[in-house]
Order: sequence, then structure tokens, then C-alpha cells
Amino acid sequence: MIEKERGQAPPFGGVFVAHARVLDSEDIQRAIQRMAHEIVERNHGLENVVLIGLQTGGVVVAEMLAEALKEINGSHPPLGTLDVALHRDDIGMRPVMPEAVTDISVDLDGATIVIADDVLYTGRTIRAALDALCDFGRPREIQLAVMVDRGHRELPIRPDYVGKNLPTRKDEVVDVSSEGVDLGRIEK
Amino acid sequence: MNQSPSKSLLSIEGMTKHELEEILELTDTFDEIGRRPIPKVPALRGRTVATLFFEDSTRTRLSFETAARRLSADTMSFSAGSSSLSKGESIRDTVEVIEAYGADLLVVRHPAAGTAQRIDNWTNASVINAGDGCHEHPTQALLDAYTLRKHKGSLEGLRIAIVGDILHSRVARSDVLAFSMLGAEVVLVAPPTLLPPSIEGWPVEISYNLDEILPTIDVCYLLRVQNERINEGLIPSVREYVTDYGLNVKRASALPKDALICHPGPTNRGIEIEAAVAADPRSVILDQVANGVSIRMAILFLLLGSGRNLMEDADVGADQ
Repeated sequence: MIEKERGQAPPFGGVFVAHARVLDSEDIQRAIQRMAHEIVERNHGLENVVLIGLQTGGVVVAEMLAEALKEINGSHPPLGTLDVALHRDDIGMRPVMPEAVTDISVDLDGATIVIADDVLYTGRTIRAALDALCDFGRPREIQLAVMVDRGHRELPIRPDYVGKNLPTRKDEVVDVSSEGVDLGRIEK
Repeated sequence: MNQSPSKSLLSIEGMTKHELEEILELTDTFDEIGRRPIPKVPALRGRTVATLFFEDSTRTRLSFETAARRLSADTMSFSAGSSSLSKGESIRDTVEVIEAYGADLLVVRHPAAGTAQRIDNWTNASVINAGDGCHEHPTQALLDAYTLRKHKGSLEGLRIAIVGDILHSRVARSDVLAFSMLGAEVVLVAPPTLLPPSIEGWPVEISYNLDEILPTIDVCYLLRVQNERINEGLIPSVREYVTDYGLNVKRASALPKDALICHPGPTNRGIEIEAAVAADPRSVILDQVANGVSIRMAILFLLLGSGRNLMEDADVGADQ
């Protein structure tokens, strides 16, 4: 989703064209259910857990995880959103979107944060998110949940919860929404 | 999304409604950063912002420096009083020296209209006009518009009175242009001697009677009475001005309940605004100060951080 927007925003231009559907909406629901159970298992419940969705693609993933965690646990953990645009190392190469808001209203000191994002690729977004989160407090632990891990890491970062490991070529683009995961390309 | 293509911000005149709105929208992002436990982001790391003030200032200078630091830029500060200007160094040489120290952006205030524009022609650095004589003060107008938008949702259809020394006010000029471009209706309220000789072509209404106007407006924007004007004989006495145009408690009660009271500062308490009115819940004067930092962060980021040059080498394919 985020990639579709960026793909269409200048200076990137072009339109996302899907070549293959990797997961359909039911597959996504099953993956979310499994990841939610893993989160509860690993943290022995949801005490002090805070879910943070990365703008813009990770927000839907965080919301779906929250919904699943509510079914398991009765209530879902506090939910926040984070825009890392101003913390990126490639700032200026992509637009800052005013609609991508940061909203973290809970105290992060001592919290176990689960960052949720749609696609894990180079790891640079997560690096920026780790920096940004440390400006909000001192979490006890930060974990990472992603719907798709497509490989090609450029930093020593690994996910804790993965919806789907998807081998890709660098020129391919992965699009995640609640309807499904598509593999495709930006056509000019 | 097209972020500001221009190198400098010199005046509201010449800007489009779309550009104004883009800055106001982006300011929300920076406003949020100001509320974080550590209100700082690394966006402008390695860039240098220099403030060149040939005239005194508290708010404007401090808010630009705060904005620059919150974006992790380095700051350099130049004051005319304590510089080699007093040894006869010209402004142009001064600017070249500051540029040689690596300034990427100059924030300029000068008592002569057009100085920021001239400096912009001499330098490759970005320039922000922080007030040039009686001409313009665009970042003040933007922070005013942002404050009104935050409290009222939008400026569309608001009726705004600007009260006081319109003739000498760069704030009034920039505000009139920005407010009317954003859809507000502007009334200038002042004694005839403090209105510009020609307001033809300005999108405004004129009144000499504050009491008549007060019940009809959504915003009462007061300007500072500049002491030097009294010596020029433009107003007979401070007392007479206070009697006719000072916003006292009685006048404030004639304002609608949801009206806002603004002032660009510094205020002369007891002259254009009574101390008790400055503390009125409808007064947003301190909000204006706080919003000044957010709006200046947005402007610094647009001019320095939107990275036009970087984009040419950006590896688009590696973007995820």
C-alpha cells in the first residue's frame, strides 16, 4: 500500500502493476492469527505490550494484529502510529506526507514495543523507527512484526514475527493490503 | 507531492494559496514533534542556519533558532550591534563571510524594505525574510494563519479585524495577503493617520471605529503601538489612542464569545491591550509564540530538507 502511494508520488512516478498474488485475504488472516499467538506466547501475555504501526503501510498490520490479540486476550494492547520520515538516512529522497501522523499517547518507559510494518526489506525504515522510538522513552524491549520479509537486508536487523518469507528480486515491489499480498513492479 | 520548489521565502506576495496550505498542513507534523519527550529529529543534521539580525528581536530569533535545533541543524548567530558592521564592513561582505563559514540558510531581519531580497540575489544560500522594514514578515503571517486554522478549523469565511498602526506594520501587510488568500474577510481598524495612503487594490474593508466593528468579528488582531510614532505626531497622545483603540475589558466583552484575540508581540500592556485582556481565555497570544516554532520548522525543512539535489541520484528501485 505504502509502495503504491510512493510509486505514484513524484519523483518516483509510475503505477504499481501486480504480477502474482502471493497471499489472499484469508491467508493474511491466518498469518495475523498465528503472529498474534506468537506475540502472546513470547511475552507471556500482553502486559506492558504496546503495538506501534509504522506509517503508512504498517498501520493496517498493527490494527489487524490488535484485533486478533483482542480475540485471544479479551482486550488489545495500546496502539500507536509512527512516521519515521524525519529520521531516515535517505531523507529528501521521498516525500514527507502530512497525512502520515505520529500518535503515541502511552508512556513507552519500560514497555515492550511490537513494531508492525508491512514489508521488511533493507531494514533502514526499522533503523529509523528504533531511533525515533528512543526519543519517546526507554522501552524494555522492542520486537518487530512484519507481514512480508522479502530479504535484501542492508543492516543487521531481523524480524521476530513474520507473516510470510518471500524471496524477491530487487527490481520487484511487494504490495500489502488487507485484501492480499501482491508481487509486482512499478511500470513507468 | 510537490514540496516547495523555491530556494527562499521572501514575501507572502507572490505565493499561491496552494503553497500556503501546503506549509500549514506540513506544520502539523512538526507540531507533533514539539510535544515529544525529546522534541528533536535528525532531519537537518549537518545543515547550518544563520540568523542575521540588523534589528532587535526576541521571538522571531529565538523561534528560528529553536526550530533549527529541533531539526538538528547547527545555528550561527549574527547581531549588527556586536559585529564588524560598526567597523564599516558592508552587508554584502558580511553575507559573504557568513556563507564562507558554511551557512546553508540565512534568516534576515533588517530595518530597510527589500534587504532580504537583495541578500537573496547575492548568495546561493536560502534566505528567509524575518521582517524587512515596513514591507513584509511572511513567517509571522504563516504562524498567525496556522494559529487561527488550529482554533477555527479554517480561515474560510472568518472576519478578521487588524487594529492599530497599519501604516508601519510589516505584520499587517503579510497578514492581509495571507488571510485574504486563505478566504478570510479582513477589516483594517485604525486612525486615518496610521493607514497607508493608498490601500486601493488591497482586499480589505476600512473602519475608524473599533467599537462598531468588535461585535461583528471572529478575530481581533492587535498591532503594537510603536513609541516612535508618537514623536512623529501621527497620533496626538497615547491616552487618546488608548481611549479610541485600546482593547480593554469593556471592549473585549463586546467581542463574540468564541472570538480570538491575537497580537504578534511584543505587547504594550495598558496601551493597545489591557493586561486583563491579554489573560482572557480568548487570547491566543502565547499560542502564536508556540506555533511560531512549528511553522518555522516546516519552512526550514521545506527549504533545506526536501532534498531536491539528492533526488537526482536517488536509487528509486531500492526504495521500500
